[in-house]
Amino acid sequence: MGNGASGLLNAFRQGSPEAFDAAFETLFHQHQRAVYGWILRIVRNPATAEELTVETFWRIYRARDRFQPERGFEGWARRIATRAAFDWLRTARPEAELPAEIPAPAAADPAVSAEIRGKIAQAFQRLAPKLRIAATLAVIEELPHRDVAEALGISVAAVKLRVFRALRSLRKDLQQQGITP
Amino acid sequence: MNAHDEDRLKKLLQQALPPVEGDPEPRRDLWPAMLRRLDARPAAPPLRFWAWFDGALLAGLAVFAALLPASIPVFLYYL
Repeated sequence: MGNGASGLLNAFRQGSPEAFDAAFETLFHQHQRAVYGWILRIVRNPATAEELTVETFWRIYRARDRFQPERGFEGWARRIATRAAFDWLRTARPEAELPAEIPAPAAADPAVSAEIRGKIAQAFQRLAPKLRIAATLAVIEELPHRDVAEALGISVAAVKLRVFRALRSLRKDLQQQGITP
Repeated sequence: MNAHDEDRLKKLLQQALPPVEGDPEPRRDLWPAMLRRLDARPAAPPLRFWAWFDGALLAGLAVFAALLPASIPVFLYYL
């Protein structure tokens, strides 16, 4: 990280009001795409991801006193974004989250019907949000467990446990619907 | 659930909810929306109500746990 980036982060943390405002705007433009992409992976809805990106930067704006420039901005922003997405998942109705705008995979298994895929998606929405986030990032997005753990503020072992519990709950839900994965 | 079942379920899940590909970007610049959010007066949370409610909930949980210590691992499991 060069002096420019370091100066930017220091201005954000402890600059004058004018320097802080300028630093915040710069950080927003530098990181809005990454924050949006991260949230989209969790909530899977572009409009919601945009709203939560603004919410995330609003929380960042308010939490600037707790920011530690030496630890970098991206990981901190990602943790706040994950928390904002988690809060949204806790309050959103499951049917509002279905990924209507996320395209189906090109290489879908023809043996798995669209109906089955729909039921799996609905069962997944019914999981507890903390299990769903862990499974979304670690299983669907195939992100390293270490990255998921850092974003969620938990250990790698806890991520693995949440993924295991998510898959077990999902399997049980599907079996109750007569679907044997 | 063995490793084979787990792999099968993961593949099914990825078919039902495909991963987000590439490096997606917002459909518009979000800075104007950010400015509106910064200009808007934040809604004041009903702190007194929540402080009372949180306290009552914690007290209830503590009483429940004291009466039924076996329930503590269940609480910890769902935390």
